Amino acid sequence: MSLDGEFLRSAFRSMLKARILENKLSSLYKAGKIVGGVYLGKGQEAISGSLGTALVQGKDCFAPLIRDQAGRTAFGEPLIDCTRTYLGSVEGPMKGRDGNIHRGRPEMGMPAMISHLGAQVPVIAGMLFAKRLKGTLEGCVGATSVGDGATSTGAFHEGLNLAAVEKLPMVVVVANNQFAYSTPNSRQFACGDLVERAKGYGIGGFSVDGTDLLECASVVREAVRLAREGGGPQMIVAHLLRLSGHGEHDDGSYVPGNAKAGHYGRDCVEVAMRQLVDGGYATVDEILAWQEETAEEVQKAVAQAHQEAVPDPYKEDWTALSTKFPYIPS
Amino acid sequence: MSVTYIDAIREAQEKLLREDERVFLYGQDIANFGGAFKATKGLAEEFPNRVFDCPISEDAMIGLAVGAAIEGMRPIIEMQFADFSSIAFNQIVNQAATHYYRTGMPIPITVRLPSGGTPGSGPFHSQSMEGIYAQYPGLVVVTPATVSDAYHMLIDSVKMDDPVLYCEHKFLYRWLKSKSINGDHLPIGQARIARPGKHASVVTYSAMVHEAVRAADRLQADGWEIEVVDLRSVKPLDLDTVLASVARTGRLLAVGEAFPWGGVTAEVVARVTEEGFHLLDAPPQRLNARDTPVPYHPKLWAAHRPTPESICDALRKLLLF
Repeated sequence: MSLDGEFLRSAFRSMLKARILENKLSSLYKAGKIVGGVYLGKGQEAISGSLGTALVQGKDCFAPLIRDQAGRTAFGEPLIDCTRTYLGSVEGPMKGRDGNIHRGRPEMGMPAMISHLGAQVPVIAGMLFAKRLKGTLEGCVGATSVGDGATSTGAFHEGLNLAAVEKLPMVVVVANNQFAYSTPNSRQFACGDLVERAKGYGIGGFSVDGTDLLECASVVREAVRLAREGGGPQMIVAHLLRLSGHGEHDDGSYVPGNAKAGHYGRDCVEVAMRQLVDGGYATVDEILAWQEETAEEVQKAVAQAHQEAVPDPYKEDWTALSTKFPYIPS
Repeated sequence: MSVTYIDAIREAQEKLLREDERVFLYGQDIANFGGAFKATKGLAEEFPNRVFDCPISEDAMIGLAVGAAIEGMRPIIEMQFADFSSIAFNQIVNQAATHYYRTGMPIPITVRLPSGGTPGSGPFHSQSMEGIYAQYPGLVVVTPATVSDAYHMLIDSVKMDDPVLYCEHKFLYRWLKSKSINGDHLPIGQARIARPGKHASVVTYSAMVHEAVRAADRLQADGWEIEVVDLRSVKPLDLDTVLASVARTGRLLAVGEAFPWGGVTAEVVARVTEEGFHLLDAPPQRLNARDTPVPYHPKLWAAHRPTPESICDALRKLLLF
């Protein structure tokens, strides 16, 4: 099988995992089993999964955002991290101190997002900058995702401009899902395609149909290759539609029917499934087997997280600093 | 030969760069130009590829530092003026400050904040931000008042695994001199008796330590012995040293250069009242800057911040209660 085939299969499996997991999260939320918000990446799996698949864990770094379950999975985040964080298990990476999509494993190159949009752009730049100072940058790439809304923040602008000035091997994916919560593109920016901004930053720019896995895979791999080979930051704008509300508390009723019925309203997971079968990259039976396998894996991860302890305020050490005072350096 | 406060800051950075490969400096105009206040003069030449000029992007500067710290580095970020750190506020209080609590990985960054007023600097080049940052969990806020502390506390700040806001006072940069950088120094988290006394305690920090000592010297002529406590770090706050001083004197005046609503002086008074109410012979007092932006004209500026005169007035009222 060609390398393309392997990439597509791998990216697709991360998409499938994300979709099955997120359907489960939605059910758990609606059953009142999850406290706080649930934020899904439905409709963004093709671009997110392609990005995660193009990165190499242990070498590259990746700052996922709110709708990157597929990318997280492809990058190597254990599925149990997700269920543990949503269900507040103390065994999870955030130990119940933070929840839902605000999780990460910085030690494995995947920082934990904060809610303030655009804020991860300079953090990835800093991780790459440090690798350069340490002499380990060669062949590495750092990536992060934002939505159309985040492109309006100062942090996004500052971070991307700084990455361009420092000529860092960074890939920024802008998933233009047409709505920032309920705010449509027409109230968010006034340029035609957000990719036009790439030129202003002096960086590479790509525009891609985010509902098409074949296109996403090809564009993401090209952008990652360019960054890896010293071409500086690359911006990918993926056009798609958010197929859920902002969170599961939101029915997204403000999304007009013609957007849902239009080209970008199609489900990228279904499109990818057809593309894999039609292109001879996977058989229907294989896909069904993956589905079954993933559903079981998700059930196990939910059951495991459910039976684990939740945080105990009496055992919490309630300190936000690692230093003990008076501080005497060792 | 004497060493100024800013020499000490420069020398501390030189030593850190020399001794620790993980240290690098990132800030505006700090490379070949040597910084707006020359705190990094010559360092870019001495340490090529360790001292970097950066775009006017305070948010991204701190974001970059956090990312670099995740990768094991120890960045020192120079804000050109503390006032401009308001642009970086999000990265400081939400990214850097929450990281250890959320993920278990501390973020060893040091943010140098040229703080406080100087004549003619006006509303946007004079601010004292320490109280704002001290309000947030997950940050250490240090406020050196002496040449020796400027040197040793910067070194300790960079060695510390947590994010430190290092508030250096611009008024002290060239005015404050010392014969040498004293070898002995106190750890961060311990306050210092800057001037011993027995009739009242002035608890203060940074440049106001010197104004308080001047006020105490003046009152000496009237027979008053005023103790001045230099907090050194406002977070953590060494309440033990403060309470011990109040136990000796029975009277407390907390002095700060920041705006009067809340802040460090309010915290000192609140904590002493809570834990040392029985030690007090008079209501604890606060003296801060006035509740307006920091004015430009030197005549207005001098009346906006606490001065030896206003500290003397406040102390006389306290002593006569």
